[in-house]
Amino acid sequence: MSSDHPVRYRGAETGSGGPVQREASVTALHRPAISVSGLSKTYASGFQALKNVDLEIRRGEIFALLGPNGAGKTTLISIICGIVNASEGTVLAEGYDVVKDYRTARSIIGLVPQELTNNAFETVHSVVSFSRGLFGKPPNPAHIEKVLRDLTLWDKREAQMMMLSGGMKRRVLIAKALSHEPRILFLDEPTAGVDVELRREMWDVVRSLRANGVTIILTTHYIEEAEEMADRVGVISNGEIILVEEKSALMDKLGSKELVLQLPEPLEAVPAPLRHHGLELAAEGYELVYTYDTQSEGTGIPELLRDMDQAGIEFRDLRTKQSSLEDIFVNLVRNRP
Amino acid sequence: MNIHGVRAIYVSEMARTGRTLLQSVVSPVLSTSLYFVVFGAAIGSRITEVEGVSYGAFIVPGLVMLMLLTQSVSNASFAIYFPKFTGTIYELLSAPISHFEIVLGFVGAAATKSLLIGVIILITAGFFVPLQIAHPVWMVVFLVLTAFTFSLLGFIIGIWADGFEKLQFVPLLIITPLAFLGGTFYSVDMLPPFWQTVTLFNPVVYLISGFRWSFYGIADVSLAASVGMIALFLVACLAVVSWIFRTGYKLKA
Repeated sequence: MSSDHPVRYRGAETGSGGPVQREASVTALHRPAISVSGLSKTYASGFQALKNVDLEIRRGEIFALLGPNGAGKTTLISIICGIVNASEGTVLAEGYDVVKDYRTARSIIGLVPQELTNNAFETVHSVVSFSRGLFGKPPNPAHIEKVLRDLTLWDKREAQMMMLSGGMKRRVLIAKALSHEPRILFLDEPTAGVDVELRREMWDVVRSLRANGVTIILTTHYIEEAEEMADRVGVISNGEIILVEEKSALMDKLGSKELVLQLPEPLEAVPAPLRHHGLELAAEGYELVYTYDTQSEGTGIPELLRDMDQAGIEFRDLRTKQSSLEDIFVNLVRNRP
Repeated sequence: MNIHGVRAIYVSEMARTGRTLLQSVVSPVLSTSLYFVVFGAAIGSRITEVEGVSYGAFIVPGLVMLMLLTQSVSNASFAIYFPKFTGTIYELLSAPISHFEIVLGFVGAAATKSLLIGVIILITAGFFVPLQIAHPVWMVVFLVLTAFTFSLLGFIIGIWADGFEKLQFVPLLIITPLAFLGGTFYSVDMLPPFWQTVTLFNPVVYLISGFRWSFYGIADVSLAASVGMIALFLVACLAVVSWIFRTGYKLKA
């Protein structure tokens, strides 16, 4: 996507939306995009997928929902989008109850599901146009063309769905969700099984959607994507939201750094004068690893280096490493009872 | 009312019919034509008239009804089963469209398709046997009501089915036998008294009888009974469909 070709998924050029919708979008400015309160889900099998979940997603943000498999990510998204019934609790989309005001609520939500589903025999153009109609929007060939071009699907518009590769099918699912100009977009594992190029293109689309005020909620296994894209991160585990935090604050707060010192000669054990620094040996004794907290007053590095000098331990090289969101995430989930 | 949504479903379903023209239109028309050739021309020539109507002409309403019933059920059941099978049902469930509108789109398309087939069969029959239509308005009423009612039944079966076998089960093992035993090829009067009584428990008898009456003015049961039976079916199917959506049966966890 070129920069002189901005994506505008919302806009007056479609002429859609009567007075009610226009008024709704004005008052909705003051409401959170999604507001989940007291949401629980117990499946018929007795499995409790969600336990009293409260969550608020702000308008216009990119929110990453992280969690291990079976944590309840897809159940949460499915309830918000109307695919699964909640056992208890309410969900509001820009202030509209997704059950009582389902028409308004659903018309502003787009969903890209995790599973690659498709109508094998239909063409790309017809399935994308179908979605727009299904969501109650009048035909708008110009918008459909724009969506297809932005996702590099325009050349494939007359291709049957079954002729497409997995990555192309994924693009079609995104195009379907964008066909009706949603103000809130759910991406459930959007880049699973997608090559690097497509992943980059997708994130370009996501960024330009956000630039146009679309709220984006994504789940992903590629934590570096959440790290790169998200404004805020929520972690869900065993059906409970265990943390919601600004991504930067989360990384600052929980972030620890590692100093790795490479030694010319291997050590068998950490020498006695250095023990109080809490060092670990790695790489078969060729590396000394020092973990320190970036938030604390002193890092302890000067003291460590001085002690090493006094003990006569030399090092060839050194490097530091910031813990990633993935490390934070793994720690969070593992440390839960 | 989400008119665009209903239209999207309807158009997409009709386009599917267009893509599968051979299987969805040509094949039922061909198989019905074979009935005319075999029963109407070959065997029918040795059978005397039934209640003043030549045998070939006598079986036309029954055959149209047979096709209307089986086509309506299988069209509508496949139409809603397929999205469940492929997983694209997620989109229907997440769209701002009411249950009534979903049914209208799917059942409307299935009924349109089977009506189309019914009319083509009638026209085809005109080439083989002399047709007369005594009560054209009633004929259209029976055609339309039956097509919608059995498309609703098909919709229910499509939601209930969790495999292709179940999908075929009702049209093949229930509808077809009931239609064959429901007076497609004979008048109920031709049966022994005991079987005449048993036959009255077959709902299809009432449909075929009413439909045949609209052609030739002859009927096995009263017109009121025929209309009552189809109305009863319609109400029952509507009740089940509304229950399905209210509870999310086999649609929503």
